[in-house]
Amino acid sequence: MTELERYKYDVLVIGAGGAGLRAAVEAREAGLRVAIICKSLFGKAHTVMAEGGAAASMGNVNSGDNWQVHFRDTMRGGKFLNHYRMAELHAKESPDRIYELEMWGALFDRTKEGKISQRNFGGHEYPRLAHVGDRTGLELIRTMQQKIVQLQQKDAREYGNAEANIRVFAELTITEIIKEKGVVAGAYGYWREGGNEVLFEAQAVIIATGGVGKTFKITSNSWEGTGDGHALALKAGANLVDMEFLQFHPTGMVWPPSVRGILVTESVRGEGGVLTNTLGERFMFKYIPDVFKDKYADNEEEADRWYLDQDNNRRPPELLPRDEVARAINSEVKAGRGTEHGGVFLDVSKRIPAEVIKKRLPSMWHQFYELAGVDITKEAMEVGPTCHYVMGGVEVEPDTAAAIGVPGLFAAGEVAGGMHGSNRLGGNSLSDLLVFGRRAGMGAAAYVKSATAVAVSEASVKAAADRIQAPFTRAGGENAYSLHQELQEVTHNLVGIIRTGSELKDAIEKIADIRKRSQNVSVAGDRKFNPGFHLAFDLDNMLLVAESTAKSAIAREESRGGHTRDDFPGMNDKWRQVNHISSYNGSEVVVREQKLPTLPKELFDLFDIHELEKYMTSEEIAKGGSN
Amino acid sequence: MARKVNLRIWRGDSNSGALQNVEVEANEGEVVLDVIHRVQATQMGDLAVRWNCKAGKCGSCSMEINGKPRLACMTRMSSFEEGEEITVTPLRAFPVIKDLVADVSFNYKKAMEIPAYEHPADLGPGEARMEQIDVERSQEFRKCIECFLCQDTCHVIRDHEENKKSFAGPRFFIRIAELDMHPLDMLKNRKRTAQEEHGLGMCNITKCCTEVCPEHIRITDNAIIPMKERVVDVKYDPARWLGSKIRRREG
Repeated sequence: MTELERYKYDVLVIGAGGAGLRAAVEAREAGLRVAIICKSLFGKAHTVMAEGGAAASMGNVNSGDNWQVHFRDTMRGGKFLNHYRMAELHAKESPDRIYELEMWGALFDRTKEGKISQRNFGGHEYPRLAHVGDRTGLELIRTMQQKIVQLQQKDAREYGNAEANIRVFAELTITEIIKEKGVVAGAYGYWREGGNEVLFEAQAVIIATGGVGKTFKITSNSWEGTGDGHALALKAGANLVDMEFLQFHPTGMVWPPSVRGILVTESVRGEGGVLTNTLGERFMFKYIPDVFKDKYADNEEEADRWYLDQDNNRRPPELLPRDEVARAINSEVKAGRGTEHGGVFLDVSKRIPAEVIKKRLPSMWHQFYELAGVDITKEAMEVGPTCHYVMGGVEVEPDTAAAIGVPGLFAAGEVAGGMHGSNRLGGNSLSDLLVFGRRAGMGAAAYVKSATAVAVSEASVKAAADRIQAPFTRAGGENAYSLHQELQEVTHNLVGIIRTGSELKDAIEKIADIRKRSQNVSVAGDRKFNPGFHLAFDLDNMLLVAESTAKSAIAREESRGGHTRDDFPGMNDKWRQVNHISSYNGSEVVVREQKLPTLPKELFDLFDIHELEKYMTSEEIAKGGSN
Repeated sequence: MARKVNLRIWRGDSNSGALQNVEVEANEGEVVLDVIHRVQATQMGDLAVRWNCKAGKCGSCSMEINGKPRLACMTRMSSFEEGEEITVTPLRAFPVIKDLVADVSFNYKKAMEIPAYEHPADLGPGEARMEQIDVERSQEFRKCIECFLCQDTCHVIRDHEENKKSFAGPRFFIRIAELDMHPLDMLKNRKRTAQEEHGLGMCNITKCCTEVCPEHIRITDNAIIPMKERVVDVKYDPARWLGSKIRRREG
């Protein structure tokens, strides 16, 4: 065994996607020493996959936009289960976060007046998404990556060492958050390259690890989306909120099988793409729910006019929030009107000239042409739902991103819960990670400046080290790859887009069984860049997340956003007031109910009372929000 | 429609290594990365390979396939003849770590040497106005997914370790070009430092980098050649040299 590497920082950021990098910049600029951990190479985080854009009510394309409209859209999209304060901060601060990126060198697409251009997206009343073609996430990551390099260059000039105050630890996995005397003291992990272990002592730890897609069989997420931060937080004593809500993006690729699940950006619909079934029907008109009837066109003529005149027409139903579109596609396929590969058609070729498609949707053109042999300027795409995003996540204080119950722990981005309620609007993720990444950096900096450091005990180090060594000490045990596949089958079949009580019960038992067997995983080979070894830890995380999701899902007896119960169709006012809180008791995940914070009067008053009546009980309406 | 394919995979580390033959199933529509994953899950649990998005957007699964620098996630199995042997090896221009994983830290060191973007001090949040046509020139280079295939194929460093110190490579020439063409960037003399500090002059425009770029960025035509031309102009034309000293940005 090589000697343990030890580092001391003020703030440790786990995750180098958008939220992690934004948090790191903020903490560094507050004068602290910061370490950034990434599981892969620097700049490869899943944020690069975000295509459509970042939602911010700058009003560059339609001056009617402002934070209040954005706030309303976000709450509606989340079916009023959002933490109002997060939705409020997000709507208010997004424009500043976009401008800030521009000042760091980002180059967004422009309007005719030379301002940042904004595009239409599902659930957003006005064109709101700042974008760079269909590779907006890459622009965000690269801009922040380069911002961090800039900070390092400055330190190199001042201190003679680029890594004096901010260092990126690439290809490193954190296996444990270490607490002493009830507060965060650091974290423990290993280098993926060589397998040698690393201890970070840090007063504040920011979790920004992204999502959980890899717990599912069909997903748009990369291998990194294994719920590491969710599991690390649970084990450190934090809560997860509303883990039953998963977003199945309506349009993933379905053919060929090897690309199944890869995302087809919503911009395709924003730019005019229509969904049809094998009968040639533009079926979305059949699926406009009552709560959205006044905002969406119920006939093709009006829907088509909207692309030219948005002030006097209702928007096409293809642009309904993602949960609605995903369920509609699912129903069409179930009813036998899907393609032979189990999808429906998405077509831009008949509405937009080829050169415009290639300009506005370059990476989509590329993706279909090279991976599926389909030229989207001439033919329709085949698409179907894919597990894309988890709305649930670490329960945090909205203003500081501090994890509730664990002093020194913070969470931002997809790993944090509450912001999106039961369903996230497209474009609200990139803005979320900027707004709350920054707030987590600020929150951690304020915490570090006021708290006193606690040392990591040798007992904690030994426990963490033993856990890493364990899979090598078991010969002839379970294969992590097979267990992972089994888990994906269970979640796909029993905890997927449509759920029922009996299947969820079955899922909970099966997940428990896999988890038990996972304690006996053994690993072939040595520690050097060994994917089987890495998967053993990822699997552990995915199992906890899946358990939390299944247990929250069986408890919620209604259908809302990213949680659809066949046995309880429709929303229920009673359940709108309930958050599900998952915690870990050392052996299993326990789920309890908690009352959702009440909308304060000034935010309550932003809505038309008739709209609120669709979501709230008469007592809530009578109260008119809290003071 | 599964078929059996023969794969030769380089296995080893910085000390030693060799090609190993494996027979593995390939299904319709699959790419090389799918097949490598199948080998990993069924025959070689500790086979090292980098990958992330599996959609050609992150640039992690760079390797050499039959000697050509490629993304494994974008190389379709159907592009090989029936019975053709497929050889996968790590990127050759960089030291190997294990199996198909190379140490690409050279590139991150070079990134650190390129001076960062400098925003105009008098331009506050939301005040920037730029024409689409002006941002598009830099946007082409910002499409780069940092797969480093261009670095791997560039003959200036591919078999010449000694050149690495003074040569930033195509990836960073487009980074410099991107900043040089950025409508707002305030830092002067980017082209000249490309020439004098980052080894632009060592490139003899064989266009190998452009050929392997999975994003189809015209590295040579749109970044390297224009910079080379203008470096010459600025260096030898006294009027231009004087102009570059007076105007806000060099021509």
